[in-house]
Amino acid sequence: MTAATVDAAAPRTARFDVRRLLRYSGLAGLAMVFVAATGMLETFNNRLLIRPILSMGYLILLSAPFVMGYLVGKRTEIEGVETAPRTSADVVLAIVAGLIAGLITALFAALVDTFPGLRGTFPRMGPQMVSLLTFDRGVGIGFLILPAVAAVLGALGVAMHWLSDRLRKALGVGALTVVSTAIFESVVKDVFDWFSTLPRFLYHTAGGLSVVSAIVLFVVAAGASFFLQGRKVPGLGSLTSADTGERRRSSLIAAAVVLVLTIVLPQLLGGVLNELLTNVGLFLLMGLGLNIVVGYAGLLDLGYVAFFAVGAYTMALLTSPLSAVPFQLNWWQAFPIVLLMAALAGVFVGTPVIRMRGDYLAIVTLGFGEIVRYLFLSDWLSPFFGGAQGVRRIPGIPVGSNEIGGSDITQFVYFTLFFVAIAAYISWRLQDSRIGRAWAAMREDEDIAEAVGIDTVKAKLLAFVTGAVLASFAGALFAAKVGTVFAHSFEIIVSIIILVVVIVGGMGNIAGVAVGALVLIGVLGGPNQPGLLQEFGEYKLLVYGALLIFMMLQKPEGLLPSARRARELHQEEYLQDAWLDKEGRFVGQEQEA
Amino acid sequence: MTATTAEAATRVRKSFRPSWVDLFLWAIRIGAIVIIAWGLIGSILNFAAGRGLSATQWRDLIVAALSQGAMYGLLALGYSMVYGVLGFINFAHGEVFMSGAMVGFIAANWLFDAGIWAANPILSLFIVLVVAMLTSTLVAILVERVAYRKLRGAPRLIPLITSIGVSFFLQYTFAALFGVAVRSYPQVPESFRGALNIGGFRIAWSSVLVIVVAILSMIGLWYFVTRTKSGQAMRAVAEDKEIAALMGIDVDRTIVTVFAVGGAMAGVAALMWAILFRGVNFFTGFLPGIKAFTSAVLGGIGNLVGAMGGGVLLGLFEGVGPLLILGGLGIPGVSQLKDVVAFTALVLVLVFRPSGIFGERLGSEDRV
Amino acid sequence: MPLLEIRNLKKSFGGVMAIGGVDLAVEKGEIVSIIGPNGAGKTSLFNVISGIFPPDEGEIIFNGVNIAGHSPSEITKAGIARTFQNVRLFPNLTVLENVKVGQHCRTRRGIWSAIFQTKGYREEERLIEEKAKEILSFFGTRLVGYRFEQPAFVLSYANRRRLEIARAMATEPTLLLLDEPTAGMNPRETAELTELIGKLRSDKGFTVVMIEHDMRVVGEVSDRVVVLDHGVKIAEGTYQEVSTNEDVIEAYLGRPTELRKTTTEEQKA
Repeated sequence: MTAATVDAAAPRTARFDVRRLLRYSGLAGLAMVFVAATGMLETFNNRLLIRPILSMGYLILLSAPFVMGYLVGKRTEIEGVETAPRTSADVVLAIVAGLIAGLITALFAALVDTFPGLRGTFPRMGPQMVSLLTFDRGVGIGFLILPAVAAVLGALGVAMHWLSDRLRKALGVGALTVVSTAIFESVVKDVFDWFSTLPRFLYHTAGGLSVVSAIVLFVVAAGASFFLQGRKVPGLGSLTSADTGERRRSSLIAAAVVLVLTIVLPQLLGGVLNELLTNVGLFLLMGLGLNIVVGYAGLLDLGYVAFFAVGAYTMALLTSPLSAVPFQLNWWQAFPIVLLMAALAGVFVGTPVIRMRGDYLAIVTLGFGEIVRYLFLSDWLSPFFGGAQGVRRIPGIPVGSNEIGGSDITQFVYFTLFFVAIAAYISWRLQDSRIGRAWAAMREDEDIAEAVGIDTVKAKLLAFVTGAVLASFAGALFAAKVGTVFAHSFEIIVSIIILVVVIVGGMGNIAGVAVGALVLIGVLGGPNQPGLLQEFGEYKLLVYGALLIFMMLQKPEGLLPSARRARELHQEEYLQDAWLDKEGRFVGQEQEA
Repeated sequence: MTATTAEAATRVRKSFRPSWVDLFLWAIRIGAIVIIAWGLIGSILNFAAGRGLSATQWRDLIVAALSQGAMYGLLALGYSMVYGVLGFINFAHGEVFMSGAMVGFIAANWLFDAGIWAANPILSLFIVLVVAMLTSTLVAILVERVAYRKLRGAPRLIPLITSIGVSFFLQYTFAALFGVAVRSYPQVPESFRGALNIGGFRIAWSSVLVIVVAILSMIGLWYFVTRTKSGQAMRAVAEDKEIAALMGIDVDRTIVTVFAVGGAMAGVAALMWAILFRGVNFFTGFLPGIKAFTSAVLGGIGNLVGAMGGGVLLGLFEGVGPLLILGGLGIPGVSQLKDVVAFTALVLVLVFRPSGIFGERLGSEDRV
Repeated sequence: MPLLEIRNLKKSFGGVMAIGGVDLAVEKGEIVSIIGPNGAGKTSLFNVISGIFPPDEGEIIFNGVNIAGHSPSEITKAGIARTFQNVRLFPNLTVLENVKVGQHCRTRRGIWSAIFQTKGYREEERLIEEKAKEILSFFGTRLVGYRFEQPAFVLSYANRRRLEIARAMATEPTLLLLDEPTAGMNPRETAELTELIGKLRSDKGFTVVMIEHDMRVVGEVSDRVVVLDHGVKIAEGTYQEVSTNEDVIEAYLGRPTELRKTTTEEQKA
């Protein structure tokens, strides 16, 4: 079911509605003030997307009135018919709302300008912020620029609705391509090292796209989208299809592509990006594990990081010469023991929560996660776990006579990707298996699953154990990569971020989790690891939080929903087609009850 | 009852073969009891031998723990009410508390700079209280309107996950706005330092303040819930939303009231934090939030008296427990493990007694 | 020895005695209907038999073993399957998956064989699929072909009831408990399902105990009828016997009023 928009309850008139005006302008104004007051504008201004005209800071700031304009024009669609017509009143509303929003922001800038003392309490509200909001034109004229710009953007936003669907989508694709190319600058530069004309054409020497290349990219991408829309392009588009056959085929194609990329990419990327790729891989590994616990079995585990910690500390204790363990193994020898400890941990966490209802289960697992971390951190157990310093001097993964650790990141990446592949394979096989069906049934209706003969105790424990084992893959790799394991790496925020990755990407869907990990960890970064957009550093978790709220409200099934979720989404289609057989013929009376 | 049916009755009970899940749980129960008993005995022996803390020190510790517990209790009210009415855990309530504390700091700082803080302590504290309460209430209402209203009726995990998102969003928004440094409230005005002498007992003024404020707040809340129309509406909506609507109660507005009251109580708790601990930053809400939720469950979720009782109990566990039990066991670095005690209490309560000590009060939709 | 024997079963919920001492015996191959006014304790009886609630007192002897108090999955494994008054399918699983899930307790391949796709696993999956399709074909053309891949939530009401029965059949039970199988169906659907219930016994060999309100169904297909009221059995016998039993009529319609009695007395006078 589509979520109702702001307008669903509004009176169906084209009248100029003051309340609507206030609401839209207020929200847009608040958004812009937020971007400025938190310092996002300032920080992201350093990242130029299109040199010299568009910085990421301004993009974010000015997207507020644009989106607002778009929402002014948005109407709910019931069965393909819109609920109320769009008129020029909407355009006027968008323009005026933009104006007011801009004025609110300008007023805020004036306020900050007048009271320099505010900086004591709010370190971001300084002259730099004011000059950015006035587009460097200073007090006076400067305060009028933003309202004007916001008004124009509001108009543009609402104007989007007068374009055909196809054109609108094409423009969106174009814009997205430009922004993505700007964000992925370092990746493109590394990958096309051997063909440096491309990056040189695309990017300005000082960083960011050049105006020309931005325009070219936009036109090409928008054009391609415009002409290819409606045509069945085999591949990625059908990844979200509800038809199992089609989905399976495109999944295989996608998997093959990914395989090739996996082998080739690390060679092309430099050290920094391989480091990023490794981090993405580790989070993906944990995401796949959590996907089994939450996505397949429906158990919300908020303390998942504890399994990661168990894996890492076990590997550390068994392989480091400094650890309390009297003997020393190498990574491969220690690995099976790590898996065993993780499985035990899964049993220990799973057993007490077996009979608990979902939300209490979430909190208890959160409690477990924190208890485990405190114990690893404690002075009391520091003879074993090293307290705050942790366990150091963990050797890398032995290959031949070498030890591959974090310093040989280009080679280490392959280990990570290898284990990701294994985890993905395991997830894939389990999904359609007997136990996968049992998990799905349990997730749908636990009591009935029990009534149908499924031993839910065993099923839940299996889910926890499998998830724990996959997390320990990541833990073992992490220990070898970083060489030191300490409790700071295992805070609750890690569990939450993995959860966001799974939810945003698409719960229950392996490809979804992959996309989630790539987009979130790759672009924004992990809790302690920078992503492609390093400037995001301090705002990372703010964005994660906002994303989680947004997804839960608008698209809880994620970006790439699983087949079952897709069916849930396409409910209306199904219900309409339920009277038709596969060839589209109406099923006769005697067929239907 | 004939002989055969009596046998049959006992046979029914025996056929409850104890599964190994039950055995595992019993092992934990026994383990916990053993640890607690051993620690207690150790502490008693220490005390008798004159080691460790003196009687006065224990007493001070207990009083301090009680005042912290009062703070947890007030904070727990918010969790309890929201769970009782809407059936989900509002993870973001800790941040509601934090926002009150942070904005209250601005007020306190201004009052201090203006000299009012030292000149008129009662007025200053009152102003800070009002500011904190207003802020927390506002944030709570905003969060409900933006994040939770649309999710009414969704399976309860959805709003829980959303509230986690809200929690992080608020935390890092405040971090971005205020910076990450810890801000310190000015020291409590002169007249409130030191201790109060009551018949030979010396109780720290801060503890007195906190406990008095807590009692007053509880009385105010009790009056509101039992004597006012809004309070009655709240109880009706908590019992059964549908029927309450049929009786003419504006459910939406009542739910806003629930959040507002919870927020107000969190604002009071923020003042208490300011008095007891003085330091605040964006992360201040996380641990107290979890401890407050533990208190709410400990006392019986949905049960307001229980929330306060649970808070006091948890305050005692946390304040006295580490030293008493873990100290008695001879574990070093006990103060570090204070938070472990809280989390362990959380886990133990939820696993073994999820209905709480005073019994839970759930709405008709949430009762099994 | 009867397949199912219930002795002095008692169950209270709070202060309400839902089942107040019920004795019942069902022979293998029988079709027994349980009827009674609303609130008589019929569904509670099913809930206790299928393990959702443990009884307070009494025995439930199935195939010679007392199953009272065991968990629902154990009871299903022992050979008792049931359907629910308000059809409880797995709505987002496909029709075929719903039936395959029913076979869970009769199959064994676990995680390892799923991951490594061993021969035994693949063979078992093939058998599961075949069996599921076979079970669904029992319902004619209604749940086959393109229906296999449809999620359960698109099915019409009658088809959902059929699917639930199919899922119950998949657990390979000896005894089937059907809770109001024809509730909400139109006359044609009801007739079809009544015939089906007969076939469940004659073709598949199940013993069936069903709760029903539709007396035509009861009369047509049951060997025996048991009447419950306020948690106790008030009558038992063939449909003929039970439908003319005074206590049964009184349970449904009530006792004649004082006024009527006076009239009769007047008539006598």
